[in-house]
Amino acid sequence: MTSIAGHPGIAGRIAEAGANYLSERRGILSWVFTLDHKRIGVMYLVSILFSFLLGGVFALLVRTELLTPRRTIMDADTYNQMFTLHGVVMIFLFIIPGIPAALGNFVLPIMLGARDVAFPRLNLFSYYLYVLGAVFAVLAIATGGVDTGWTFYVPYSTTTNTSVTAVVLGAFILGFSSIFTGINFIVTIHKLRPPGMTWFRMPLFLWALYATAIIQVLATPVLGITLLLLVAERLLRVGIFDPALGGDPVLFQHFFWFYSHPAVYIMILPAMGVMSELVSTFSHKPIFGYRFVALSSVAIAMISFLVWGHHMFTSGQSPLASMIFSFLTFMVAIPSAIKVFNWVATMYRGAIDLKTPMLYALWFLFLFGIGGLTGLFLGALAVDVHVHDTYFVVAHFHYTMFGGVAMAFVGGLHYWWPKITGRMYSELWGRLAALLVFVGFNLTFFTQFVLGTHGMPRRYYNYPAHFTSYHQHSTLGAYLTAAGFFLTAGYLIHSLFRGRRAPANPWGGATLEWQCSSPPPAHNFDRPPPVGDPYDMSRIRYDDAIGGYVTAEVAEPAGAGGGPGR
Amino acid sequence: MATATGTGLLAQGGPTFWMPPQGSTGASAVDWAFYLIYYIAVFFFLVIVGLTAIFVVRYRGRRGARPEGAPSSHLAVELTWTLIPTVVVIVIFTVGLGGFMDISFAPLNAYEIQVVGQKWKWFFQYPNGYVDSDLHVPEGRPVRLVLSSQDVVHNLYIPAFRVKMDAVPGRYTKMWFHATRPGEYDLYCAEYCGTGHSDMVARAVVHPAGQFEKWLESAGNWVEAVPPAEAGRILTVGRPDGSGGRGCTQCHRVDGQAHIGPPLNGLFGHEVTLADGTRVVADENYLRESLIDPQAKIVAGYQAVMPTYKGRLKEREITAIIEYLKSIAGPREPARGAQ
Repeated sequence: MTSIAGHPGIAGRIAEAGANYLSERRGILSWVFTLDHKRIGVMYLVSILFSFLLGGVFALLVRTELLTPRRTIMDADTYNQMFTLHGVVMIFLFIIPGIPAALGNFVLPIMLGARDVAFPRLNLFSYYLYVLGAVFAVLAIATGGVDTGWTFYVPYSTTTNTSVTAVVLGAFILGFSSIFTGINFIVTIHKLRPPGMTWFRMPLFLWALYATAIIQVLATPVLGITLLLLVAERLLRVGIFDPALGGDPVLFQHFFWFYSHPAVYIMILPAMGVMSELVSTFSHKPIFGYRFVALSSVAIAMISFLVWGHHMFTSGQSPLASMIFSFLTFMVAIPSAIKVFNWVATMYRGAIDLKTPMLYALWFLFLFGIGGLTGLFLGALAVDVHVHDTYFVVAHFHYTMFGGVAMAFVGGLHYWWPKITGRMYSELWGRLAALLVFVGFNLTFFTQFVLGTHGMPRRYYNYPAHFTSYHQHSTLGAYLTAAGFFLTAGYLIHSLFRGRRAPANPWGGATLEWQCSSPPPAHNFDRPPPVGDPYDMSRIRYDDAIGGYVTAEVAEPAGAGGGPGR
Repeated sequence: MATATGTGLLAQGGPTFWMPPQGSTGASAVDWAFYLIYYIAVFFFLVIVGLTAIFVVRYRGRRGARPEGAPSSHLAVELTWTLIPTVVVIVIFTVGLGGFMDISFAPLNAYEIQVVGQKWKWFFQYPNGYVDSDLHVPEGRPVRLVLSSQDVVHNLYIPAFRVKMDAVPGRYTKMWFHATRPGEYDLYCAEYCGTGHSDMVARAVVHPAGQFEKWLESAGNWVEAVPPAEAGRILTVGRPDGSGGRGCTQCHRVDGQAHIGPPLNGLFGHEVTLADGTRVVADENYLRESLIDPQAKIVAGYQAVMPTYKGRLKEREITAIIEYLKSIAGPREPARGAQ
């Protein structure tokens, strides 16, 4: 296995400059019918960024309405639709597909050393299902909106006269998109690893995507069936959940959370994978505790199926069930903690380069740290009863989902941006925007912890006057965060036209995608690339002439990097 | 900002930076658990962020710098930071469990109040049959609430007592608390239930020891003690402090403006057009039917969303409400074709 250790590792780089996956074929049809995982990844990326914008606009409308008690800019029904759409769009159209379908699609085969995913046609089909699901969601907005919250709790959702059916069918279709992507990734990782790419030589991002794909395939069908039953109850008046028809509303909550709790790990696991790549690359040092980080992803994936009842401590479920769910919930905290400690340890005695992606990795540590630790309050039964369904929960899941997943997504976007587009963005503006996002985020959501512990229930249009100043601080923070993201959009778009040409390896990463040119050639690798330790950076040197890193030709003893994989 | 808390001021049950005032015996137990977890969380947060900050400052390398070389795995270290969190979370689980057992099982001698949630109003029924829109409880005595819902899932939440429970249609759920400090506290609906969700609020009034019974006796008889039209006005729009109302004004206004339901002034004795196009005069029987069987006649332009008040209003109260509506009927048109 060490026979390739001294290989220069440029086998994947193609000879002629300019012929890459973007320029190889032109015309709109070359995109519409493309089977190239990189182009599908880019199409996902554009769609997902648009969804993020849409969900963000809804968020700003919600926060603006909450500037004052009672009416500020909209009536109660409109407000209820706004927070529902914010949740539905952000969760189903942005966070769940964000990292796996956009960044994962682009990076996974290259990181693995493969030419494409196992089923390229299925991959394209997943994308169009995503678009179709998004169309249904937009249709729901156009035909009267939805006001159930993203949780669709019955019997409210079966009795309200808004377009629940359209949005639920949209979520159903998006579920299939998610399942197909999951299947594709599982098969790709099992079957398309090139010679030398053993399980424990896979980059941690791939471990994370693999664990995510397993949850997607196992949990999403449950959501699909649940949503179909909901539609059947609405349209055909079949009594499943609505007690007026002989159903049980708490059953719906069990079904819903049986998917939706694992789903939060569908969201966070890929983000953790991105974190492992960012922290290692920008510390120029192998990840600490590779096997623990890799296997903790699998542990999280398994335990995540057994904790759904912690959303229902006040639903009237039996106290015994609540106790068991509480205990299992605490167990899932342990692998998450292991990951965090290993990331921090990776920085120890590194050579830390505070580029924009690394700033987002630091934000992740800070924000996900708060998000994870506030989960301890929610897992503890007696405390959860007090803060359940208050702004404390809202703040908690925004710290994990926005402060965790979205920060890792933006960090990963900046990390792989040169690889995807072949252009470098402005580092100065990147850091400035990152700072703005960080300050704005904390102003927005830290105040919500205090609102929550003082008893402010979530999904409230009107609120007692003594909460006003907290809400106003939170709204101000939301505007700052939005400004940071608009700035980000500005310099990223600018870089497409004016950005410096990206070198193959601008950051000093050791995983295989940095051995391809930027952007990569259409077929990634002309022959299977030499596979070594994904975090062995001992032979990676900075080259002033090309403004990026190169892999030194000099063969060194395999033990120099002290990395995993042996 | 996590450190600017002013915490540790648990004595006297007053509000702290993190917590509202304590109004029940359970509140101090919950707050104790909260602050224990809080200090554990702050400790771990400072370790993570502190080490990160130190490493970033100490090992900040310029472009192309080489790391100083450190081991990339260490089994003893890994086991240490696996075991310590495991012990910590088991401690937190145990603390949360203890408090939860206390709030899950009510003492046998608890005073029982029936609670019904309905879009978008709470109804509290006392053992003597009296129904109030606010929760009144005695100080120093355990109180058990038996909750149900007329329509969708609601959730009764009293922050000062640190208790919360869903009100689910088709089944009963229970919660209890032991109020310790007389006063008025906020009571919210914490499970999203539609348009008026954030207005589904009430007061939890803790009466000083010995005064609750007196309050209940007078409250149960107040309808008989005032003229019918005045009683009807209170039942419809509530007293200035919000008490006494039965939720009519969540949907109906009395200033001539349409809301979720039609306005109630200028109604009695006037003709109304129904959804099917027929016209009827709003007389005593029409109003009575609208309360007992609201879906029977739907006024044109409105949704059939009003729940029934059958069994929720006594005959005397229905009469009082009709008398009040007569008093705000405005100038009377000649009632053509009535009966």
